[in-house]
Amino acid sequence: MMLGRVQVPQSVKRGEAFEVRVIVQHPMETGFRRDLQGQAIPVNIVDKLACTYGGREVFRAELGTGIAANPYIAFYVVARESGPIEIAWSDDRGQEGRASALVDVA
Amino acid sequence: MTHDVMRHVAAAACCCAAALACASDLPARPQPPRNGSEFQSAEVRALQADDFANPMSLWISRGEALWKEPRGAAGKSCESCHGEAANAMKGVTARYPRWDPALKRVVNVEERIQACSEGAQGAGRFGDPSDELVGLSAYIALQSRGLPMSVSIDGPARGAFERGRSLYFTRIGQMNLACTHCHDANWGRRLYAETVSQGHPTGWPAYRNEWQHPGTLERRLRACFFGVRAELPAYGDPDMIALELYLAWRAQGLSMEAPGVRR
Repeated sequence: MMLGRVQVPQSVKRGEAFEVRVIVQHPMETGFRRDLQGQAIPVNIVDKLACTYGGREVFRAELGTGIAANPYIAFYVVARESGPIEIAWSDDRGQEGRASALVDVA
Repeated sequence: MTHDVMRHVAAAACCCAAALACASDLPARPQPPRNGSEFQSAEVRALQADDFANPMSLWISRGEALWKEPRGAAGKSCESCHGEAANAMKGVTARYPRWDPALKRVVNVEERIQACSEGAQGAGRFGDPSDELVGLSAYIALQSRGLPMSVSIDGPARGAFERGRSLYFTRIGQMNLACTHCHDANWGRRLYAETVSQGHPTGWPAYRNEWQHPGTLERRLRACFFGVRAELPAYGDPDMIALELYLAWRAQGLSMEAPGVRR
């Protein structure tokens, strides 16, 4: 299980857009580097990340080798109902990670 | 001839005694003193100030979990002995490196963590460098944020301080540079794309974008050794801790900003 965090505002107004911020701990190894012995370091990146809000998918990203280590992603979602924001991501080796936060819609 | 040599030795001994006794003989520090982050770009400073986006937050979560996790043969966590980090560790990093009466040497925070892990917890040493060690060290450093650096160089710590001070002014490597040539004589000027800082360790452990990873002050100092093309000392070398003590004294009064972000 990979370490990651998600942040949403404490409370939001119905119909307003709010920011969802995600940070994931991952080396994002490009596959283009070599170690001190000259051996190629195999590629290892988080390539999929998706966000659901109250069970419905609202955001999806496919990441490539150009993204820095410990990727930070922020996006906006329109507040409808109080409910969970759930982030799920996986890397090219099948390792998975999850993080969630509750949105309180006033 | 012999008489001459003796006279020189006697004169040198007098100088040493005078240097030890007289505080005003200590080297001048850069004026005005400026924190490490002040030499970083606006983007890097913004990242450091943002507790969520600062990548160190991930390692701090790890460190916080480790603080509370019972480990080793003793089955004790850091918290079992020290209590809550917010109280027990407040201001601790600002006072390190310091003389440790139990270990009978000057240690930095990382060495102190290793000693606790090995001794009190019976869990052996963390890897060095490792995510666990830098995470715990960063979590402890966070409790000193905003407090002034205030190491003690009196009593038994004095030997390490003098060693660190002499290292700071000693030319090393193929570039034949000492710390002082960049961080006293040329701070604020450009070195390729980088602005040379005053060399104050207030933001460490920090996330360094170049590494794409956090690291301890020791790792940062090794990068300077590499930069002047000098031989890298081993991790935990007493000389490196002596140098850390000198740097901490040099930064006295500046407020701690660890866990920082650096270019």
